[in-house]
Amino acid sequence: MKYLYYPGCSLKGTNRAYEESVLAAFQALDLEVEELEDWNCCGATAYMAVDEMKSFALAARNLALAERQSKADGPTLIAPCSGCYLVLSKTQHYLEEYSEVSRTIDGALQAAQLNYTRKVHVRHPLDILINEIGVQTIAQRVRQPLAGLKVACYYGCQIVRPYAAFDDQVNPTTMDRLIRALGAETVDWPLKTRCCGGSLMGTLQEVGVPLSYILLKEAQKRGADVVATACPLCQFNLECYQDKMSRQFKERIEIPIVYFTQLLGLALGVPERRLGMHRLLVPFHLLHLRAARGGAHAHA
Amino acid sequence: MSEWQSWPRFRYEAELDLRFPEEVASMPGGRALFACIQCGTCSGTCPLSTYMDYSPRKIIAMTRAGFKDEVLRSFTIWLCASCYACAVECPRKIKITDFMAELKQRAIQEDRDPKRFPVAVLAREFFNAVRKRGRSTESRLVLRLYAKTNPLKILNQARLGWRLLRTGRFGLRAESVRNRQQIEQLLRAVDAAKAITLVDKLAQKVARA
Repeated sequence: MKYLYYPGCSLKGTNRAYEESVLAAFQALDLEVEELEDWNCCGATAYMAVDEMKSFALAARNLALAERQSKADGPTLIAPCSGCYLVLSKTQHYLEEYSEVSRTIDGALQAAQLNYTRKVHVRHPLDILINEIGVQTIAQRVRQPLAGLKVACYYGCQIVRPYAAFDDQVNPTTMDRLIRALGAETVDWPLKTRCCGGSLMGTLQEVGVPLSYILLKEAQKRGADVVATACPLCQFNLECYQDKMSRQFKERIEIPIVYFTQLLGLALGVPERRLGMHRLLVPFHLLHLRAARGGAHAHA
Repeated sequence: MSEWQSWPRFRYEAELDLRFPEEVASMPGGRALFACIQCGTCSGTCPLSTYMDYSPRKIIAMTRAGFKDEVLRSFTIWLCASCYACAVECPRKIKITDFMAELKQRAIQEDRDPKRFPVAVLAREFFNAVRKRGRSTESRLVLRLYAKTNPLKILNQARLGWRLLRTGRFGLRAESVRNRQQIEQLLRAVDAAKAITLVDKLAQKVARA
């Protein structure tokens, strides 16, 4: 089965390592992925603040394009970015629940020579990997187990809230299960869905920095070597402001922030460069980490 | 700031806008607002409430009481990061995050959003970029944000900008959809539909009068 893939703006820009690693990891698992043609911005949270109906219209265009492009009756559209995943899912919920939204959006699509028959399944890559491929299949494909690595799995907010379509809202576990299937350990970390500050990091840094700092301080305290994320904005916030956090809170915050797909790719034996590892500002190299610990399986 | 300063100013009942709660509740699912029991779970769950001028619970109470101006001029609505923690915990199933988005829209429509306040500026800039090109380009968006709020802040970010440039994460090439005309038709049709709804409502009012 071929999946349609919706990258969204961020995966083509600052966070292209997410796109690189999603595509490379899926390919390593022999999953066929095809980019949605001429996709547009989902509208993100910011559009809802200005004109919610237009944000639904923008999202609906992508859904309509997905139906047109796919030969399948109910195509699956993969959205790795949490923001895109939320907006596309929310639009589907609103089209379903509120006739006023449904009527307006159908009319707008028609005016743009489009049509959406509500058949697209919007899914997050974590959902596909755990609930469709399964951890056992993935574990069998592991070529380079991540033994000894301690990972804090960070889900962020918008893939489980408000809809929680594939995981628990309060204590999600899909990423933890995936990471353990790769041979790594996951640390018990209660902040896995606490807000990183989102776009406030760009607009009100004095508010954004403490929010992200709380997450990283706790991850370090619990002995994590690395934080795995599932959202471009979370990755950016947690990684790019570590020097500011260190200065402001007078303690050393230095921990690599990677996409869960990068860890998956490494375990499947994909070369680092194809996973965009060279784009990290806080470098992460499995071999260095093991050498520092004095052996592949030695850990405290 | 001591707490009393963040309380709404004393108001005579005649000063309150009693149509405001009804207007806000006209959003999809908005009637739930009247089911709020003021338990404060939203304020307790919100990771940003300590930075807000009014807590989310107060914003709901003030909206229902008709404190339109205070609500629409508040910083609270712009501090909501849309993490949906409150909406998930609310025992009355109020879509608080969507309610905050509704208030942001009304603040912009009525031109009561705080000027030069970065969150509101970002929302407007983002909106315009996507309307024109169908996609947003992060680097350009950030530069426009700084230009319109505090240009000196760019210097503060120079080191980060350089590091992003070096790792191939910062490009200024503007992203765009191919079919820009379709985006324009789509968004214009939404405006047209809204205008028709508005005219319908007015006509109903006239008919009743």
